[in-house]
Amino acid sequence: MGEVAVGQALPEHVCGPIDRTTLALFAGASHDHVKLHIDSDFAKAAGMDDVFAHGMLVMAYLGQLLTRWRAQSNLRRWSVRFVAITPLHATIHCRGQVVEILEEGGERVARVKLGAWTDKGVQTVDGEALVALA
Amino acid sequence: MPIDAQRHIGVVSEPRVVHVERGFLKFFAKATGETDPIYFDEAAARAAGHPDIPMPPTYVFSLQLSAPAKAGDVFDPVGGLGVDMARVLHGEESFTYHHPIYAGDRLELVTITTDIYDKKGGALQFIVQETRCTNGDATVCVEARQVTVVRNG
Repeated sequence: MGEVAVGQALPEHVCGPIDRTTLALFAGASHDHVKLHIDSDFAKAAGMDDVFAHGMLVMAYLGQLLTRWRAQSNLRRWSVRFVAITPLHATIHCRGQVVEILEEGGERVARVKLGAWTDKGVQTVDGEALVALA
Repeated sequence: MPIDAQRHIGVVSEPRVVHVERGFLKFFAKATGETDPIYFDEAAARAAGHPDIPMPPTYVFSLQLSAPAKAGDVFDPVGGLGVDMARVLHGEESFTYHHPIYAGDRLELVTITTDIYDKKGGALQFIVQETRCTNGDATVCVEARQVTVVRNG
């Protein structure tokens, strides 16, 4: 692992496109059976255009962005806000950037700004992670 | 109908015992397009120094869903908040890690409804819940915090 510096970008992680099969598999694998994500009839009756992606699917993709950069054992904490719905057929671009390097709990930690964007450039998730650099 | 915040804030769920199932972690890896074999191949995980397949960072949320609490579940109309599934959105999610979790682990989850607040004159309500996940040694492994948004409009 090379030296980490403020401003460094994590390698972009591109996922998808998200199709109906992706959502069906994720519903089963994640135990999230909310019908808005898997049943078009239900989603339309609820006023949505169609089914849309589980927020936690995109957060899982962001987790992969982090664990590809540093082993999961270095991940101390992270939080995200789901700022827009992730529509069906979107390809997801996960990006991160080191914004601060600090000492916490006796170790060097990078504060990483995270986000997920659709291929149309709409940000759907915004977040931040603390990753140990040891 | 809006949620009665005073009735639900402070409710602590019963402890729920869950097992981290290897087959489900493999299914989760497939469903999320995971390509790192430590997340779906025991041999690769062991070769990388793990005792078994590691539980990925967000999977504790799925453990919560796999064992809905009798007290305080968002959807449960009897012991929980009874929110209509058609009206929910996931607002926020956070995880703090203290101890690694692997396939085969037995864990206990306790969820507390810590806050319920509204915006836009009640058109949106926000349910804040915090879940503590401990292992068989009573070591806290992960703390999760989620905000569920309910559209009342």
